[in-house]
Amino acid sequence: MRRWLPIDFGRRSFLGGGLLTAAAAVVSGRSASGQPAGHAGHGAASAPGEAPPSPHRQAHGAMITVGDVDDVRNGFDPTAMLTDWYTGEVSTLPDGRRLRTFEVYVEDKEIEIAPGVMFPAWTYNGRVPGPALRAVEGEKLRIVFKNYGSHPHTMHFHGIHAARMDGIPGAGQIDPGEEFVYEFDARPFGCHLYHCHALPLARHIHKGMYGLFIIDPDPTRHPDFADVARSRLLGTPENAVWQEMAMVMNAFDTTFDGENEFYAVNTVAHCYAKKPIRVERHRPVRIYLANVTEFDPINSFHLHANFFDYYNQGTTLTPTLKTVDLIVQCQAERGILEFTFADHEPGLYMFHAHQSEFTELGWMGMFEVVEAVS
Amino acid sequence: MNESGTGTKSEALHRPLATAIWLLVPVLLLGAAIWWLVATDPLSAFRNGAPPVESLTVERTILDNDGLRMLVRAGGSESMRIAQIQVDAAYWEFVQTPPGPIARGSTAWITIPFPWIVGEGHSVTFVTNTGATFDHPIPVAVATPVATSGNLVAQAVLGAFVGILPVVIGLAFYPALRNAGPTVIDFLLALTIGLLGFLLVDTLEDAFEFAGEAAAIFQGPTMVVLTAGASFLLLMAIARRRGVPTGVSLAAYIALGIGLHNLGEGLAIGAAFAAGAAGLGTFLVIGFTLHNITEGIGIAAPILKVRPPLHVFAGLALLAGGPAVLGMWLGSLAYAPHWSALALSIGAGAILQVIVEVVALLVRSDRTWARIASLPVLSGIAFGVVFMYVTAMLVKI
Ligand SMILES: [Cu+2]
Repeated sequence: MRRWLPIDFGRRSFLGGGLLTAAAAVVSGRSASGQPAGHAGHGAASAPGEAPPSPHRQAHGAMITVGDVDDVRNGFDPTAMLTDWYTGEVSTLPDGRRLRTFEVYVEDKEIEIAPGVMFPAWTYNGRVPGPALRAVEGEKLRIVFKNYGSHPHTMHFHGIHAARMDGIPGAGQIDPGEEFVYEFDARPFGCHLYHCHALPLARHIHKGMYGLFIIDPDPTRHPDFADVARSRLLGTPENAVWQEMAMVMNAFDTTFDGENEFYAVNTVAHCYAKKPIRVERHRPVRIYLANVTEFDPINSFHLHANFFDYYNQGTTLTPTLKTVDLIVQCQAERGILEFTFADHEPGLYMFHAHQSEFTELGWMGMFEVVEAVS
Repeated sequence: MNESGTGTKSEALHRPLATAIWLLVPVLLLGAAIWWLVATDPLSAFRNGAPPVESLTVERTILDNDGLRMLVRAGGSESMRIAQIQVDAAYWEFVQTPPGPIARGSTAWITIPFPWIVGEGHSVTFVTNTGATFDHPIPVAVATPVATSGNLVAQAVLGAFVGILPVVIGLAFYPALRNAGPTVIDFLLALTIGLLGFLLVDTLEDAFEFAGEAAAIFQGPTMVVLTAGASFLLLMAIARRRGVPTGVSLAAYIALGIGLHNLGEGLAIGAAFAAGAAGLGTFLVIGFTLHNITEGIGIAAPILKVRPPLHVFAGLALLAGGPAVLGMWLGSLAYAPHWSALALSIGAGAILQVIVEVVALLVRSDRTWARIASLPVLSGIAFGVVFMYVTAMLVKI
C-alpha cells in the first residue's frame, strides 16, 4: 500500500510528473499550488486568539521556546549571572603580596536548560557555567576545590602555572569526597576560563564543568596604558562607568548522541530573548565572552546595528580587532568585546550566533537600550 | 433415608456456596498480591536512577493555513511531557491540547504556527522534559485536503475505479470462459491461488509496515499475527458451517478476501491524501486497475459451471471492490497506522482462508493430490503470481 505514498521515491521527480497528477486534482478538489497566505513571513505566524506578542517576541515571531525556566529551582538566574563576579577572599601574605582565595565545590545537579527540559549536569558551585572567578594580575591565587559529585573531577585553569597545578589526571584530579588546593600566580591578565579536565574530557565539559576566569590588569604594571588598565580593574571609578557582563556560549546534547539540542549564552536557551538585557545608552558595554560549546568546532557572536572592538584572549590593552560586528571563537577561545549604544535610539538590539542553526536552537538574545536602568 | 434426603437437599444448597467460596480464594489471593506489591514496593531494589523509557508516535499530520497540527500518542513506561518542539532545527512555539503530561497510551494534538513551504520537506523534532528527542519527517509539505462532500464523492469515484472496475472487467471474461473445459477451469483456479498467494504476502508485508509505524503500545507485529490468525480461523469456521464452500459461496469468500485487501488499499490511498500526498499519478491508477483485473477472473473461476443470475455478479463485484471506496473515506477522515494494520491483518487472514478453500476445491474435484501437480495447475499458479508481481511493478515506485 505504501507505494501510494510519495515517501519512498524522489519527491522532485514525483511532483514534476505533472501530467500524472490529474487524478490527484480530481480527488483533492483544490489546487495545492499556492502557499497559504498567512505564512508570508515569520512575524505573521502567531496563532489567532493569542495575547499580543511583546516587542521582542515579534522579532522572532513564534520561533522560540515555549514557557519559562524556573530560576529558583535551578539556583541560578542567567540575568544575575551576567554581573555576578566571584572575587573570593582577599588577604595579605607575609611578604606583602595579596592572596586571593576561592572556594569551589562540585555538585551533581539536575538543571533546567530550556523551559521544561531537565539536564543531569555536573556543576561548579551549583551553577552552569561555574562562578566567574575574578582576580587581579600579580596576586597569589588559592582555589580550594572540593568534590561532592559522583565522579573524579579537576579544575584546569587557562593561565600560567606549575605542572602540579594543571588540573589533569594525576595533577589535581580528586575523587568524590576529596579536596585539593590549586595555587598559582594570577597571570597573564586577560579573559580566560577554567574547566574540568577529567576523562572523558568531552563528557565532563559538556555536562557543565566550566566557567570564566578573569584576571584584571594591574595599572601600575602598564604605565603606557594605565587608563585602559584602570577601566578594566574591578572596583575603580573608571571601571564603574562600564557595564560589564560575563557571557559563556554553551550548548547541551540532551540525547547524548554527539549533537546539541540546545544552544545558549549562560545555559538557558533564549533567556535573554525573553528577558532582554537592559543597558544604559550612555555607558559603554564590555562583554567577557568565552566559547565552551562542545561538539561544534566553532561558535560566533554577532551584534545587530552596531560594531565593537575585540581583544582576543583579553591579553592586550589595545584591540586585536577594531570595528567588527562578528567574531568567531573556537572551543575555549575567548575575548573581550567593547561597544557603546551612545549614538543609538533606545530600543531592542539583537545579538546572536551567526550560525543560523545555533540561533534558532536557542542562542539569541536582546539588548534593551534605555536612558537609565531603574 | 431421611438423612440422605436432607443430605441431598443441603448438598444442593451447599454446592453453589462452596463454588463461590472456592472462586473467592484465588480472587482474594490476587488482591493480597497486588496489595503487597503496592504496599511494600519490592521494585524499589530495581530502580537504578535511569530515566523512564519514552516513546512518541505521530499518528496524524495536518498541514493547513494555521501551520502544522499533529496527533501524537505517548508510549513508554510512564506518562511523558513534551517540553519543546523544533521544526527544521529551530524551536517553535506550540500549543498542546490537552496540555500537561500525556498519559501512557493516550493522545494529544500539537499545533505549531509554522510557515511551511509547499512542495518542500520539513522535519519536526519533539523534545521531552528529559531531553529525549523524537523526529517526525514531513517528506513533502502539501495542504491536507479538507473532507468535504465534494471530495468524498471524488474519492468514491477513484475508489470505484481502482476497486470495483477491475473486478467487473475480470468478471466480464465470464461469458468467454463459460464453455471452458476442466483444464481451463483448473488453470483458472490455480491462477486464483497464485494471485491470492501474492496478495497474502503483499498484505502481510503492508500490515507489518503499518504496525511498525503504530505506537509501541499496540505491539504491532503481534497484533498483525494474532488478528490474521483469528480472522482466518473465524472465516474458516463460518465458511464450513454448511459444509465445504463451492460455487457461488466460494466465489463470495474469494470476493470477501479480496475486498478486505482492497479495504486496506483504500485506507492507504485515503491516508496518503490525508497526509497531503495528493499527487497520485494516472499511471498509478491504471497500473492498479490492470493489477486488479486478475482478481475478477479469480472470483469468476469457481462459478464457471454454475451460471448464477446477473445480480450475483453485481454483488460479487461490490463485495470485492466496494471496500476500496470505504477504505478511502475512512483513511482520509480518521487515519492512524494501527487501524490500517488491523484492517490489513483481517484481510490477510481472509485471503489465507480462501487459498485453503480453493486448494481444497482443486483436490476434491479429483480426490487426488496428483491433480495439483498437473501442468495446468502449476502453470496457473505460476502465471497468477508472476502476473500480479509484474503488474505490481507498475505501481511500485
Ligand atoms: Cu569533571
